[in-house]
Amino acid sequence: MEPVTTIDGRAYPFGQKNVDTDVIIPSHWLKTITREGLGRGAFESLRTDPDNLFDSAEFSGSPILVAGDNFGCGSSREHAAWALLDLGVRAVIAPSFSDIFSGNAFKNGILTVVLPQDAVDRLAEVARTQPIHIDLEQQTVTTPFQDRFAFDIDPFRKNCLLNGLDEVGLTLAQSDVIGVFEDRVRAERPFLATGVAA
Amino acid sequence: MATTNPRTLYQKIWDAHVVERRDDGTCLIYIDRHLVHEVTSPQAFEALRLAGRKVRRPDLTLAVPDHNLPTTARRDAAGQRIAIKDAQSAQQLAALEANAPAFGIRYIGDADREQGIVHVVGPEQGFSLPGATIVCGDSHTACHGGLGALAFGIGTSEVEHVLATQTLLLKQSKAMEVRVEGDLGPGVTAKDLVLHITGVLGAAGGTGYVIEYTGSAIRALSIEGRLTVSNMAIEHGARAGLIAPDEATIAYVKGRPYAPKGADWDAAVAWWRSLATDPGARYDKVVVIDAAQIVPSVTWGTSPEDVVPITGVVPAPDSFADASKREAAAKSLAYMGLEPGQPLNAVEIQNVFIGSCTNSRIEDLRAAAAVLRGRHKAPGVKWAIVVPGSGLVKAMAEAEGLDQVFVEAGFEWREPGCSACLGMNPDKVPAGERCASTSNRNFVGRQGPGARTHLVSPAMAAAAAVAGHLTDVRDLVC
Ligand code: SF4
Repeated sequence: MEPVTTIDGRAYPFGQKNVDTDVIIPSHWLKTITREGLGRGAFESLRTDPDNLFDSAEFSGSPILVAGDNFGCGSSREHAAWALLDLGVRAVIAPSFSDIFSGNAFKNGILTVVLPQDAVDRLAEVARTQPIHIDLEQQTVTTPFQDRFAFDIDPFRKNCLLNGLDEVGLTLAQSDVIGVFEDRVRAERPFLATGVAA
Repeated sequence: MATTNPRTLYQKIWDAHVVERRDDGTCLIYIDRHLVHEVTSPQAFEALRLAGRKVRRPDLTLAVPDHNLPTTARRDAAGQRIAIKDAQSAQQLAALEANAPAFGIRYIGDADREQGIVHVVGPEQGFSLPGATIVCGDSHTACHGGLGALAFGIGTSEVEHVLATQTLLLKQSKAMEVRVEGDLGPGVTAKDLVLHITGVLGAAGGTGYVIEYTGSAIRALSIEGRLTVSNMAIEHGARAGLIAPDEATIAYVKGRPYAPKGADWDAAVAWWRSLATDPGARYDKVVVIDAAQIVPSVTWGTSPEDVVPITGVVPAPDSFADASKREAAAKSLAYMGLEPGQPLNAVEIQNVFIGSCTNSRIEDLRAAAAVLRGRHKAPGVKWAIVVPGSGLVKAMAEAEGLDQVFVEAGFEWREPGCSACLGMNPDKVPAGERCASTSNRNFVGRQGPGARTHLVSPAMAAAAAVAGHLTDVRDLVC
């Protein structure tokens, strides 16, 4: 995974609330067996409007998306994160995210920034004409107008993003601890330890 | 971990699965059961292969295709596979068929009797157990919470993480109790109950929580009804739903193919009986609902929270206090082609879908068939299908003659799968047309581009088929 330190550039002033994963990537795009190429399907239903943000000359390819409350609600499909990534989005700023979406985004190196509604509104306004700057190390979002918004992020996630660490690899390094737990389950709750044979 | 503090069901299951607790509160949680289907797994297996990684516990993993398999016949008279027309669907099925044996995972094939929707198959096979942690790359994994399992949907990177390590890194959610006291009225089902709860909490009301459903109305539900309720926990934003295992749960699990046997069974039962929330345990939030207030319910909009009683009318966007909800409601109404003030029970429908992991078990099919027996779908209903949740449900229904009831009523009787729940396979609702659907999501385009979904119970879907419009099933049968 590529490390994330700063994200700079134009931002889609999107702002819609309760944008669900079917809007981010409709289900007919889920038939792929790879992660690439989903950007074309991102926000497909909105992109039938010729004046949509995502295909506008000004915003197309922006690395930041300024979204509304409860972004990414709905299904657990990770294709939503892949679609955003393929579209070029590296960070999403919103007042809140669905839990599953923000987890999926993180695992694909997309930073999800939670800020209060008024800050998000301000950023959406600035985004119409100006770039936005996100500094993960400093945990700030700033604009050319001297706006400065600090955000919280889970320290584990921050570390993984800054260093481009792969979560599976990190956990595999703890195989022994997992093995000890499995031995305990075999002794205490054998009925959970017995599975199915192939 | 020995503790004397009273604990919730959620806390007890959580504590029993902590492999390691980190300073920031994140826990490495052991996963007991992993269900894998064809849509969210190919990229996970691919990543394992690229990194040269193995599946840690193939024996705790079960693979079954369901999401985009066509629900038409899968084998011809000679037993030869009928090719899937959609090349991408065929490719996803082929990927799972190859990946499961390559990684040593038990695979239920597309034409096996046990095949079905992951969330129907898991409980039916005794693979899903009370007190277990269960994950699947599908958000309605919450379904298994009806058995008292901590079950939730995960993304593909997490699928990969579970395959490789049998664990997930998680932060504990808050605990909410949704207590439903009293008796459900005649004609009011588990689906109406959970639609009602979704209307009360809102689509984001459960965000950050695991919800335990309690109270006499929940206790009185069959296990299948409990699976229906827990299935939709995600529709009110919760990570998972839970219903404490009781004697009914134990009776349901007993004797199923993968259920514990012998001494293991006795140990399991003893543990399951100890899981119920202790008296005095604290929830972070409690919502109390009066079961007697619930009537057969239906959605009017494009969020599952857009619930009204069938006796009600389409709400006016102005009636919502929140500005963004007003805007969303106006958009929903435009998409749905509905006018404020329109009585729901006069809304004409052209399609009926009985199926999905919410409502495709045998009791659901019996409830729908009871309404349809001796009746026929209305002329305006162009397409009506029943898609059983599994091959075993299908066989059971056929043994009871339910398939005949459906066919005589003008329904198509299909092979098991997700079908029109998400319109990935050819089962789609045409643009601009309405569908009375027993599934769990009415999002824009969920059942096909431009499709208009009204979520209802199986009995209500059957009643709508007969009437040709949404209607109160109690007028037909009560
Ligand atoms: S029936 Fe629908 S909700 Fe259930 S697993 Fe299939 S697609 Fe998901």
